[in-house]
Amino acid sequence: MGERSGMNSSGATERDIAVTGIGLVTPAGIGTDASWQGVLGGVSAAAIDPHLEGIKSDISCRVPDFDATTLLGRKAARRLDRFVQLALVAAREALVDAQLDPQEWDAPRVGVVIGCGMGGAQTWEDQHTRMLEHGPAKVSAMLIPMLVPNMVAGQVAMEYGATGPNLVTATACASGATAIGTARDLIRAGTCDIVIAGGTEAGLTPLSVAGFAQMGALSERTDDPAAASRPFDVERDGFVPAEAAGLLILERTAHARARGVRSHARLVGYGASADAYHVTAPDPEGKGAGQAIRAALDDAGLDAGDVDHVNAHGTSTPLNDVSEARTVRRILGDEVAVTSTKGVTGHSLGAAGAIEAVFTVLAVRHDLIPPTANLDSQDPEIELDVVAKSPRETTVDVALSNSFGFGGQNAVLAVAKA
Amino acid sequence: MTVYDKVKEILVEKFGVEEDEVKPEATFEDLDLDSLDLVEFALAAEEELGVRISDEEAEELDTLDDTVKLLEEKGATVEGG
Repeated sequence: MGERSGMNSSGATERDIAVTGIGLVTPAGIGTDASWQGVLGGVSAAAIDPHLEGIKSDISCRVPDFDATTLLGRKAARRLDRFVQLALVAAREALVDAQLDPQEWDAPRVGVVIGCGMGGAQTWEDQHTRMLEHGPAKVSAMLIPMLVPNMVAGQVAMEYGATGPNLVTATACASGATAIGTARDLIRAGTCDIVIAGGTEAGLTPLSVAGFAQMGALSERTDDPAAASRPFDVERDGFVPAEAAGLLILERTAHARARGVRSHARLVGYGASADAYHVTAPDPEGKGAGQAIRAALDDAGLDAGDVDHVNAHGTSTPLNDVSEARTVRRILGDEVAVTSTKGVTGHSLGAAGAIEAVFTVLAVRHDLIPPTANLDSQDPEIELDVVAKSPRETTVDVALSNSFGFGGQNAVLAVAKA
Repeated sequence: MTVYDKVKEILVEKFGVEEDEVKPEATFEDLDLDSLDLVEFALAAEEELGVRISDEEAEELDTLDDTVKLLEEKGATVEGG
């Protein structure tokens, strides 16, 4: 890491952002501990999903035992779509973890930026069915407030009284990472001291999953669903759709220091780009993805050789994994330790970039890289050091988290030790 | 079953209101129900009691007692009640 002006004794600069809180709700479990232990365990959460009956790929990764009434109360259970419910539970955990008391913070200086690809998909489908069966006069007055994607940031603000900038980012499967990068920009620009940032998705509905299946994007390994999500494996045949939420408390370093709160890690870089190539296929040469990785490194003042670990986008689709591997190898070389936590969690679309940012933060914090589940026989075209079978204990000073969205939108985050 | 019983059933089953909170003098505000909930309540009442409450009437609803009176004036009946 190059010497730069403005560094203090811990190596942090005023451009760096402290990650002081994290919260997760994933198919590996509710809460950061359950989710982290789940990805370290390397056992896939994928299973046949009765809600998706009739779809050729009826496999999904759902959050286990998520009871909104118990976790959030009856009113939230009734009036909020699941993508908001998942995020509220993650937000609560992240705020407690960051030791923040919303009664005491400077509300206009607290922002909320959350990524979401789909919004309230289940609400859309339920109310559409209702309209077709009973007519437009029976459509719920809660339809719009429940389904609009921006409502998740609005609800987090209402719950905690955060009155700073408030928005939702939509870059498909990169939405969560884009949100974290955008939040970082709000802090660097001096607009916010704290931003609650991350992503959420709960789109495991018949219509949306049927759409992904018709694209040929999903694994059809229905005879062995637990082996369906297998990033970088030679037998991979598509991704497994998932639901999840992940939120981080990003904080101006000086602000965190003044509060005396510890940081899990520092967010030191963000790079974003567009492929400008195709609606769903990645640029085969990975130009856009490579541009985003380079941008994140430049932004952080890092050299390629500084990177110890990459939490890959690694969806388990034939195209993504080989294209991403080539790009990572071209820029970072073949010694960096790569993993895809999607082997365990499946692909949670707009939440993926956020939950993987949290896993990256934890890898940096604990010097521990989770394995890629189901990696039995690495594709010979994937010429990378992919962590398989069991977690790897190794020094992780700097790590990247890659996220690439349909539409060619790429977002890369760089994380370093606190 | 009376119209009041039916209103209580709707509030408990569809709106998640605690049974002991439902009292004739309770207002929708007391039950933490807002204007969007009132539109939903009007839809549920139409389904269960066969009478229509207009949006304007829904906005004016105050206590459960008033609500039951309005429903009864409109000819609401409950099977077996």
